[in-house]
Amino acid sequence: MNFELSEDIKFLKQSIKDFIDSEVDPLAMEIEEKDEIPEKIMKMSKEMGLFGLSIPEEYGGTGIGMVGKCAIYEELGRTHNGYTTVIGAHTGIGSVGIVEMGNEEQKRKYLPKMASGEMIGAFALTEPSAGSHATNLKTTAVKKGDKYILNGSKHYITNAPIADVFTVMAVTDPSKGAKGITSFIVEKDFPGFSLGKNEKKMGLRGSHSAEIFFEDCEVPVENVLGEEGQGYVNALKILANGRAGLAARNLGSCEKLLEMSVQHAHSRVQFGKPIFEQQIIQHYLADMAMEIEALRSMTYRVAWMVDQGMKVIKEAAMVKLLGSEVYNRVADKAVQIHGGIGYIAEFPVERFYRDARITKIYEGTSEIQKNIIAAQLKQQYL
Amino acid sequence: MNILVLVKQTFDTEEKLVIENGAINEDGVEFILNPYDEYAVEEAIKIKEESGADVTVLTLGPDRSESVLRTALAMGADKAVFVELEEEVDEYTLSKYIVAAVKDQSFDLILGGNMAVDSGSGQVAIRVAEEMGIPHVSTITGLTLDGNKATVERDVEGDVEIIEVNLPFLATTQQGLNEPRYPSLPGIMKAKKKPLERLSVEDLELTDMDVTVRTSVQNQYLPPKKQAGKVLEGEINQQVQELFQLLRNEAKVI
Repeated sequence: MNFELSEDIKFLKQSIKDFIDSEVDPLAMEIEEKDEIPEKIMKMSKEMGLFGLSIPEEYGGTGIGMVGKCAIYEELGRTHNGYTTVIGAHTGIGSVGIVEMGNEEQKRKYLPKMASGEMIGAFALTEPSAGSHATNLKTTAVKKGDKYILNGSKHYITNAPIADVFTVMAVTDPSKGAKGITSFIVEKDFPGFSLGKNEKKMGLRGSHSAEIFFEDCEVPVENVLGEEGQGYVNALKILANGRAGLAARNLGSCEKLLEMSVQHAHSRVQFGKPIFEQQIIQHYLADMAMEIEALRSMTYRVAWMVDQGMKVIKEAAMVKLLGSEVYNRVADKAVQIHGGIGYIAEFPVERFYRDARITKIYEGTSEIQKNIIAAQLKQQYL
Repeated sequence: MNILVLVKQTFDTEEKLVIENGAINEDGVEFILNPYDEYAVEEAIKIKEESGADVTVLTLGPDRSESVLRTALAMGADKAVFVELEEEVDEYTLSKYIVAAVKDQSFDLILGGNMAVDSGSGQVAIRVAEEMGIPHVSTITGLTLDGNKATVERDVEGDVEIIEVNLPFLATTQQGLNEPRYPSLPGIMKAKKKPLERLSVEDLELTDMDVTVRTSVQNQYLPPKKQAGKVLEGEINQQVQELFQLLRNEAKVI
């Protein structure tokens, strides 16, 4: 057993940490106020190679494994979560489908531009009637000659307003249920594709989600991702792959909150002494640190399992669940330790608290993760 | 165009210095590429990107210092030379080693940081120029190459001096020259495949005379802790009296 990150990964992690600390974090308040990522930061992030995290070197990406990706996500998690989400949604669910299921031609066409950030990716599964019940899709795809004609709509699609390429799940055979779903690569310029308005969200400002519409949208047959009828399996694979990454982002946010909380407890004086001297505050901090450490161990272990090619359905669900729940508990304690200042929008704790909430919902709710874990237990023990 | 960049690994500027038994304690300390050397590396890579050049980076030091070469390679340098050197030597000997390490190569331009943030001597690079018999320009904030000539702007205590110099020459870089890039993720991955030549001091075949240090550090200590300031109160005449007394009797400057 070796719990050390390799020298290469430490180097990558340090470089991203320097970049985030010096260039991105000082602008976190500006991102929050303007609800947008400054163009300069987007450009620099692309130059840093952050948009090619999931893409193999031969297609212009970084080609690092899941452990390396998690090390970088951990650093990204320490800053504004909206910024992290723009990159995370692109490098995770937005591009992994093409990397894992795309054929050579599709990879050559899309991946180099996605790696450089010239093209942004998004993942479109969720519909008004298909959230946790993901197989209940109403978007249809009918084959006509060398095209599929898509009709329907998707909502809450992260990155939709800036995305160029969407991985879209649609029903090709309603009689087959989950096995009648197919995934497609849809470009924003395909005829019949349109974008709805941006949703106003509780947090994750700077990252935008919107509805997308397909009205007789024409998708060439060569843009089927994988095989027809495999769309639901593809979606599950894409989501499972991203789960350790989500946990790593939450891990970074938790560490930042712990760091701020310890510093605040040390400097805030009440009853004539720093509040750190109060046993209750020490216990809060100890609980936070312990849960963060458990999250770190699990995150990197699952990432390592992914890199070994092991089956991680159960473990990925567990780490997504733990990461989201720990982040919310840590954010709650951080606000409590900070007191009034933790509720004021001029300070980052309040932002992390709001941004934490979505992690229990997106890419599979905490409840759905438990269902996945239980289904795996059934297979394992019965 | 061949460019050599001299770099050094230094303490992270945010580290606290701890001195134990007259030596600086390195336990748990983060080491970085000397910030002034970052300008030198960046400038070399900019020249490479604009007009083509082969950029070699060189450092000397204990095993750990190899990491600054990896940083420079990740930023975009082409190859690296590492001279493993365990003991502390002075600037005289260092410059002898550097010149010996690259004696079989020729360079049109040599760049290095204006000084290292740890020792702050600002001598090694210019001694190398002297050894090689080429001109040097220190603390540059601008560099324009035109064929065999270069126009260099240098920082002279807040003013700018403009100098024309023929290649080959050596320049030491100052803040304001450029904005050093961060090593990008693809840059870091590519750096792993770039050539890195490792040399020992024995490989350099220098005479005992050359490697005998001319200066050595006798003692090092931290500056005394700063005392809290004193604010005088009362009538202005009284304050002046008191100030005079303090300067004379306590500070002993009058």
